[in-house]
Amino acid sequence: MSTFFLQKEITGWGRFPRARCHLYRPERVREVAQTLQGEEPAGFLPRGLGRAYGDAGLNSEGGVILMERLDRFLAFDAETGVLRCEGGTSLADIIRTFLPRGWFLPVTPGTKFCTVGACVACDVHGKNHHHEGSIGNFVRQLLLLLPSGESVRCSREQNVDLFFATLGGMGLTGIVLEVELQLRRVQSAYIVVDYVRTRNLDETLQTFHERDARYPYSVAWLDCVASGRDFGKGVLMFGRHASPDELPIPHRHSPFTVRAKRTKTLPFDLPEFVLNPLSLRAFNSMYYRAHPTRDGVVTDYDTYFYPLDSILQWNRAYGKRGFVQWQCVLPYENGVRNLARILETAQARRTYPFLSVLKRMGEPSGGLLSFPMPGYTLALDFPVRDGLFAVLDALDSIVSEAGGRLYLAKDARMSAETFHLTYPQLSRWQAVKAQVDPKGRLQSDMARRLRLLEVL
Amino acid sequence: MRHVLLVGATSPLARYMAYEFARLGDTLFLAGRDLEEVERVASDLRIRFGATVYTGRFDAAAIEEHEAFVQNVLRTMGEIEGVVWVAGTMDGLEAAFRQPSALKRLIEVNFTGAASLLTLVAGVLEERGKGFIAGVSSVAGDRGRGQNYPYGSAKGGFSLFLQGLRNRLSRKGVQVTTIKPGFVDTRMTWGRGKLPFLASPQRVARESVQAILKGKDIAYVPAVWWLIMLIIRSIPERVFKKMNL
Repeated sequence: MSTFFLQKEITGWGRFPRARCHLYRPERVREVAQTLQGEEPAGFLPRGLGRAYGDAGLNSEGGVILMERLDRFLAFDAETGVLRCEGGTSLADIIRTFLPRGWFLPVTPGTKFCTVGACVACDVHGKNHHHEGSIGNFVRQLLLLLPSGESVRCSREQNVDLFFATLGGMGLTGIVLEVELQLRRVQSAYIVVDYVRTRNLDETLQTFHERDARYPYSVAWLDCVASGRDFGKGVLMFGRHASPDELPIPHRHSPFTVRAKRTKTLPFDLPEFVLNPLSLRAFNSMYYRAHPTRDGVVTDYDTYFYPLDSILQWNRAYGKRGFVQWQCVLPYENGVRNLARILETAQARRTYPFLSVLKRMGEPSGGLLSFPMPGYTLALDFPVRDGLFAVLDALDSIVSEAGGRLYLAKDARMSAETFHLTYPQLSRWQAVKAQVDPKGRLQSDMARRLRLLEVL
Repeated sequence: MRHVLLVGATSPLARYMAYEFARLGDTLFLAGRDLEEVERVASDLRIRFGATVYTGRFDAAAIEEHEAFVQNVLRTMGEIEGVVWVAGTMDGLEAAFRQPSALKRLIEVNFTGAASLLTLVAGVLEERGKGFIAGVSSVAGDRGRGQNYPYGSAKGGFSLFLQGLRNRLSRKGVQVTTIKPGFVDTRMTWGRGKLPFLASPQRVARESVQAILKGKDIAYVPAVWWLIMLIIRSIPERVFKKMNL
């Protein structure tokens, strides 16, 4: 059987960098294995819906296997909430199907337009990481297609090394054909949100510490333009699932119904001058003023978890050159000081992020290349401009000195040295990789950039 | 609630057509050559819609097995009130221009197998005096083109077969619908260059099932293909033969 591919220049969600790849799009399980046996000197990489920001989903001049057509539900236990589905299933599809039956994702990243297989490959986290950890904690079993063509099941009991190498393994240990996921029972499709507006960094962090234990979900938006006395001010958003009797009366009899939101599409690239220090300052103070301290705001799950999903292609706002999201985690020890150093360093170089988000992380899942560790995680969005990467390199060294690391799902530019220094379980991962993929058939631009298979 | 047999159930078009029937509460029998894939589509339908779905292996090219297959469907599902033929293949098209064995395979799956099975189901429905038969043919069957006539001629034959069947069964209470999709965004079109009016399988499935339920005779999906094919059919042969299509 002949397999056709589409030659195309693609990018991650940040639209930087760009890569010409050979796109394959299998529609049957058998076709995935057939594709993987094909001729591609630069190897193959599975890809979900392209929501990783940098080069994690790119494989220049090589094969990229789009998994989106393999998205069927295979088994669901309505008693226990255990779902088995194909790796290409999107989170949006899972929510659409199971939320009306009282089940929600146990952990969700900031977009629902991604596949469950990719969520496993990035071991994604959400606003509940401080309590529940990453999605890996809820993955009961995986069916993995190895480059040899063999399909193997792996879990915490079976092929354990392969399981933990695949969690956060960026799709390089095998193709996730099936995921068995434990869903979470909820009483409604709504979230009760308490907003706390803070005046500076100390207050922001202190509020986190005081309140985090009481709420399953928490996240803080920081005003990154503010300096001096206001430095580190922001808005914290604490959330929990609402019970039906907390909903406004019209919703009480149908607690799982959410009115479909109108989506908007940003149809073109905004010119680069739109995002400048002045417009950033205006946006930040507007957002700050719009969110006073307020308790018990009932909002639907879509608005709370996926505020940006309602603007399709919002990534075009950063202009033609794209943007990078720089996300680090910093251990609690000296965490406050290191956070301040990062924000100050960026400000001193007049490099302002458009969006900055802070949250606390809890225990890691055990994935060998997983990002989370106990500490603060800070995500900053920067439009790509001349001189940006030199500033980010300076931020990287603060992170690696502090014993933290950067999130691979977001990264587009850290050095191989930084990576090797900050992912101490790399050699264990490499041992598994060498076992299941001795010829290095599964490749990516990120793997080559970070020299993932080498010893530095 | 109807009992519908869907043949060639593993393609995206068939899967999403099954969604449309399952959403209406219909009971389905899904058949295809790759039973493992058929089972995946079936569990998906059961989980999403709570539908009753049966499955069975079916090989379009193995005509001698078709009678037993129809008997099995009748035994399993109790009855057949409608059949949708979605099976089709373009695999081996390149070889079929030179090798009779590849050409034979294309004709067997796209025409002979289809005609064979629908002949048998037509007998069942004719006896019942009601029901529907829908065949997914192709706009490729509307005019022979140099680039795909091994496939197009089989589909053209299938369109004529459905037309004749419709003519014979129209007085017997059985509706026959010919569905002619244009370019559908599936593996048949993937990586074959930029194609005009490329439609998602979801959309083509939705419009196809609507056409069946409305009792249409011939449905181009999306409808714009009716106009496109009208123009293409009207080009005089002495001009058409010089065009590279």
